[in-house]
Amino acid sequence: MPSQVVAVASKVGLHARPASLLVKAVGASGVAVTIGRPGAKAVNAASLLSVLSLGVKSGDEIEVNVADGENSVQILADLVAIITTNHDE
Amino acid sequence: MSQYSGIGVSPGIAVGPVKKILTQKVSGEISGTLEEVLAALEAVGAELEASAESIDLEVAKEVLAAQSMMARDPSLAEVFENSLTAGEKYPDLRPVIDEAFAGFKSALTAIGGYFAERVSDLDEISHRLLSQLAGVKISKLVLTEPTIIVAEDLTPSDTASLDLKFALALVCSHGGATSHTAIVARGLGIPAIVGATGVMDVSDGTQVLVDGRTGSFTTEPSHDEISHLRTREESVRKRSESVSGPGKLRDGTGIEILGNAGTVDDVHSAIKVGAQGIGLFRTELLFLNSRTEPTVSDQVEMYSAVFAAAGGNKVVIRTLDAGSDKPVPYINAIHEENPALGVRGWRLTRTSNDVLNRQLEAISIAQKNSKTDVWVMAPMINTPAEAEDFAQRAAVLGIKHCGVMIETPAAAMHADKVLSKVQFGSFGTNDLTQYVMASDRMDSRLSDMTSAWHPAVLRTIATATQYAKALNRPMGVCGEAAAHPHLAAVLVGIGVDSLSMAPSAIGEVRGFLATVNLEQCKKAAIAAQGAESAQEAQSLAVAILGE
Repeated sequence: MPSQVVAVASKVGLHARPASLLVKAVGASGVAVTIGRPGAKAVNAASLLSVLSLGVKSGDEIEVNVADGENSVQILADLVAIITTNHDE
Repeated sequence: MSQYSGIGVSPGIAVGPVKKILTQKVSGEISGTLEEVLAALEAVGAELEASAESIDLEVAKEVLAAQSMMARDPSLAEVFENSLTAGEKYPDLRPVIDEAFAGFKSALTAIGGYFAERVSDLDEISHRLLSQLAGVKISKLVLTEPTIIVAEDLTPSDTASLDLKFALALVCSHGGATSHTAIVARGLGIPAIVGATGVMDVSDGTQVLVDGRTGSFTTEPSHDEISHLRTREESVRKRSESVSGPGKLRDGTGIEILGNAGTVDDVHSAIKVGAQGIGLFRTELLFLNSRTEPTVSDQVEMYSAVFAAAGGNKVVIRTLDAGSDKPVPYINAIHEENPALGVRGWRLTRTSNDVLNRQLEAISIAQKNSKTDVWVMAPMINTPAEAEDFAQRAAVLGIKHCGVMIETPAAAMHADKVLSKVQFGSFGTNDLTQYVMASDRMDSRLSDMTSAWHPAVLRTIATATQYAKALNRPMGVCGEAAAHPHLAAVLVGIGVDSLSMAPSAIGEVRGFLATVNLEQCKKAAIAAQGAESAQEAQSLAVAILGE
């Protein structure tokens, strides 16, 4: 199961546009993805409400887990790119 | 003809017939099955998605798109799947729905800051879900002619369901200056008033005159009134565009015009409209947007960015004013019966002393690394002992200019002693008014007693200003009072040296001050202090200063 720990780049954290973009990308991938703080409980990354409830701020580290599948590695790379991009302006 | 008043949040004049938007309430028990709940959530999601696509306004579009995603959220569906049995008919789904949303709402509220603002989206979705299940249609209001929209409050989806090209003005009986209504109206460039108590009593079709600058709402206005306001609006607009450079009166008397800011962006916009510096930088946002106290190095980074953004102009930075209407969860943890009179502002040294020490340390480091003229002030200073405590800490850290907010009657009446401990003072007129008048400024029932125009407030300011003059301490004003052109002139007449206001008000205030001389300001100040009421004070001042 491919996974990676990354820091959130957007100033607002995982909120507003950055959170929506991530959740949409997870939905479009069709694969089960979870995110959470390293070592803590992970949530369904296809759920905007769950992602918001993590309260992830700018600079916080989160762990992304993509379920095994044909394109898992590519999907993980795409999601990591979204999280590590600053989407403010 | 009757008159209502609220807070003008988007300037301009509009005349037209009223159309009221009534919130459709869903009452009684709502029966149904799990399958119906899931289908209704999908329908709400689709409805919101369609609204998002149809609206042209970017701010509303993003909110609606996010709401649509929340309605279709797999975690929300999961909560219902866990609490309802498939195929079973429930006599009343309302408690289950309330509980499902309450879970997400409390999680977001606990995070605080802008995450907590999403709670209103969940309220909107649960309202729509109940309406959908009860078969109550949330109808799209069709406007066929230019109309003044009147509502209790407008949510993003209300605005989406309106044909905004026919909206002449937006008026709400509730809501504050930062509400969605205000943002939408400014985006559309139409006038808006919020907090106009009583406007929902006006019947549909009544002709009204709306002044989004002063917040006045007049039914059945006369032709004279309309043309008078239109002329005034036009001259105010011209005046604010025509004057630039440092603030001064017609006779050349200088008056420093500064901007209020809470973010680096605010600092940029203040400097862009010609502010001579920042008269109040609020540090609360940095703390509110963080789950735990920001580290000293985080704070140094933020303050350095603020000082740099001011581009060599002076910056007055205020230490943390947490508490009362701006609680920071990890600092104001204890429930207070009366938070406005509780541990807030500098009083936090009693409970979170280290937090303030670390903040002062960060400010002093950022100041040493910057060429900007940095002034530091403490909020809610009440006594000479508190002022001295602050001054000593600042001195140890090498902070050159330290001052205090004068926002309690005690500090104002004792300003000869309080200000003797520090180098400058700044009136926080919002809190000073609320404390002098013993009236909660958030309570719209008391709105007639929460105006800084009240002679009791003006006399308090005048007393403290005289003490400051005797000590040769510069006095500023950084509350909303400074943003009102006539009141700003009265404050100049009382003797303050600088006015700090929201960047959006700078053009108008600077333009107005350029039309009056110091003698007029002094006369207006004396007349206003001698009045019986806030209204009388204002009209006497307007008569002396001119419109």
